[in-house]
Amino acid sequence: MTSLLEIEGLRTVFRTHGGEVAAVDGVSLAVARGKTLGIVGESGCGKSMLSLSVMRLVPQPGTVAAGRVLLEGKDLLTLSDAEMRQVRGRRIAMIFQEPMTSLNPVFTIGSQIVEAMRAHDKGATHADLRKRAIAALDRVRIPAAERRLDEYPHQMSGGMRQRVMIAMALACSPDVLIADEPTTALDVTVQAQILDLLRDLQGQTGMAIILITHDLGVVAEMADEVAVMYAGRVVEKAATSAIFDDPQHPYTLGLLGSIPRVEETRERLLAIEGAVPPPFQLPTGCRFHPRCVFATGACQVDVPSLRVVAAGHEAACINAPVEAMVAA
Amino acid sequence: MSGALLEVENLAKYYEVKRGLLFGRHVGSVRAVDGVSFSLGRGETLALVGESGCGKSTTARLVLRLIEPTAGTVRFEGTDITQMRGEPLRKLRRRMQIVFQDPFASLNPRMTVGDILEEPLLVHGIGDKASRRARVNQLLGLVGLASYHVQRYPHEFSGGQRQRIGIARALAVEPALVVCDEPVSALDVSIQAQVVNLLKDLQARLGLSYLFIAHDLAVVKHMADRVAVMYLGRIVELAAKDALFANPRHPYTRTLLAAIPRPDPHRDTARQIPGGDVPSPMNPPPGCHFHTRCPFADERCRVEVPALRVLEGGHQAACHHAEKLPAAPAAEGAAAMSPVAARRLELYAARRGRAAAEAG
Ligand SMILES: Nc1ncnc2c1ncn2[C@@H]1O[C@H](COP(=O)(O)OP(=O)(O)OP(=O)(O)O)[C@@H](O)[C@H]1O
Ligand code: SF4
Ligand SMILES: [Mg+2]
Repeated sequence: MTSLLEIEGLRTVFRTHGGEVAAVDGVSLAVARGKTLGIVGESGCGKSMLSLSVMRLVPQPGTVAAGRVLLEGKDLLTLSDAEMRQVRGRRIAMIFQEPMTSLNPVFTIGSQIVEAMRAHDKGATHADLRKRAIAALDRVRIPAAERRLDEYPHQMSGGMRQRVMIAMALACSPDVLIADEPTTALDVTVQAQILDLLRDLQGQTGMAIILITHDLGVVAEMADEVAVMYAGRVVEKAATSAIFDDPQHPYTLGLLGSIPRVEETRERLLAIEGAVPPPFQLPTGCRFHPRCVFATGACQVDVPSLRVVAAGHEAACINAPVEAMVAA
Repeated sequence: MSGALLEVENLAKYYEVKRGLLFGRHVGSVRAVDGVSFSLGRGETLALVGESGCGKSTTARLVLRLIEPTAGTVRFEGTDITQMRGEPLRKLRRRMQIVFQDPFASLNPRMTVGDILEEPLLVHGIGDKASRRARVNQLLGLVGLASYHVQRYPHEFSGGQRQRIGIARALAVEPALVVCDEPVSALDVSIQAQVVNLLKDLQARLGLSYLFIAHDLAVVKHMADRVAVMYLGRIVELAAKDALFANPRHPYTRTLLAAIPRPDPHRDTARQIPGGDVPSPMNPPPGCHFHTRCPFADERCRVEVPALRVLEGGHQAACHHAEKLPAAPAAEGAAAMSPVAARRLELYAARRGRAAAEAG
């Protein structure tokens, strides 16, 4: 299948007094039309920087130092700022964890949606835009959409605000939606509604979704493919079923062992000792080795690159699969 | 058994809501907690679960006597503490401590970890300088931190380590009851697992009782002995953990369980999650609070408030139709994991056990 969006060797760096640190370090990923790519990892592993890099919204003093971001073959990193503004919103849209920070508290929901639409359609009349805004809210299943247009963000619940954000993101029918922890701040019943909504909208529009989350449950429900990130790199990627049924990288195993499951009770959760290292204190060799229960001497020295472990399945660990090393 | 450690009866907290800053017009009241009763045994964990705003934290603060109840009583170690003040209340504070969700916000950024841990000892006039120092070291060891951490400041720690500091601080004065208000909700899953394990270890070693507040039923499954589910200020179901998960008797509990995203890509994702948000606590629906979202609601539910009733086996539920609900979707067995994944997780666990043994 040909990819709609392809990320190749992306490297995003921050220049600090102590030198250059890479928040994203050589990441390659792809997502096809109508498909969902899940990106998982703990906080600080570079998930959000990756998506901001795709949008070319990396905050100062960060820059994309290397790589390509190909949308239908065209490298977004070579576009002018004006061209990139056209891409944002129209071709690639983004939603975030906390909709309150992306909505302006002093304007009504309606005026914000209308403004967002006007930016991409200068010719339309106000009445026309308002009608389209109502349709947009209907589409994300906001009841009494017409009345809601005149409400302010603080008058809405977190779930309703996230629906508004989705409505605005989808207003111009983008090809790609980047959703960065879209349900993390929401209650679990509201999360289920929002995930359902995203699935339905994807079915209708055929958009590709890049879903960034720390929640393996959300990934299992939503994603077709999964990339597991650790310390700025992809350490494993595969079809979603392979990540869960045939997890190869010790970090992936650690994540799977850490999740409490409603269907079982274990005396102890597995957990991963230690914490994600900050980008300015990266370990040598495999960046996961200080936390890895399978680490060997070689792991402290050799940088493992992604290698094919099964069809369509890559992992960056010299000891994967672990039963082979344990037997040896 | 020497009776429950904590007994809460018909506890309520109403907040008056006013609009306008100066001469605020009274526009109604929020029944943040509306007649809640439960007990907690020694060495036991009772979980309070429910969605945002259902009154979990308010219940916790009432139990700890940090806010005054509108009605109801709190008994601790057999004594009614609802009206307790002055010196007795100060002494009581040694027996009940709290661990918060956001460890960073609850730690003073200008104090070293040593000072943070020593402070509760000073407040309660415990020990002399040398014995307090020894106690601080012991506390650090208890929560898996090192003695050289004494000189460090909170910002030098990761989220998980900060939560360990918060736990050590709560344990400094040797409480019997620790209220944990979403202690792992802000942590990454791998770190969350570390803290959950730590809390369980500490309970086993020190015989602590936990009132464990969470919105995540999966975490609760691993922590609790009994579970109370709250909705709009009331307990709607209360049961032993296994009974609650195997056979939930309240439609809201079923909804919560169904909504949890499972780490199982082969599971059918089509599920029935009632639409709509939790109604405003200022204006809760009449009858059963849950009737606006309940798939089993009938006319009676719209007018008559269901009381929390005892069903078979001590299971309590506040639903008119608790006995007549269709069988709960099977607890789904532990089928979730493939044999390959399970085998690798076993190897992981074995390696970790060995590493822990070598370290300890
Ligand atoms: N000081 C206050 N004044 C007015 N209303 C309050 C006050 N404190 C809490 N409330 C209201 O009481 C209800 C219960 O709040 P509480 O903080 O106990 O919920 P919670 O279950 O802990 O929620 P969360 O999961 O979001 O922490 C909410 O509707 C809240 O807005
Ligand atoms: S009392 Fe009625 S509305 Fe309430 S939970 Fe039971 S069936 Fe649903
Ligand atoms: Mg709370």
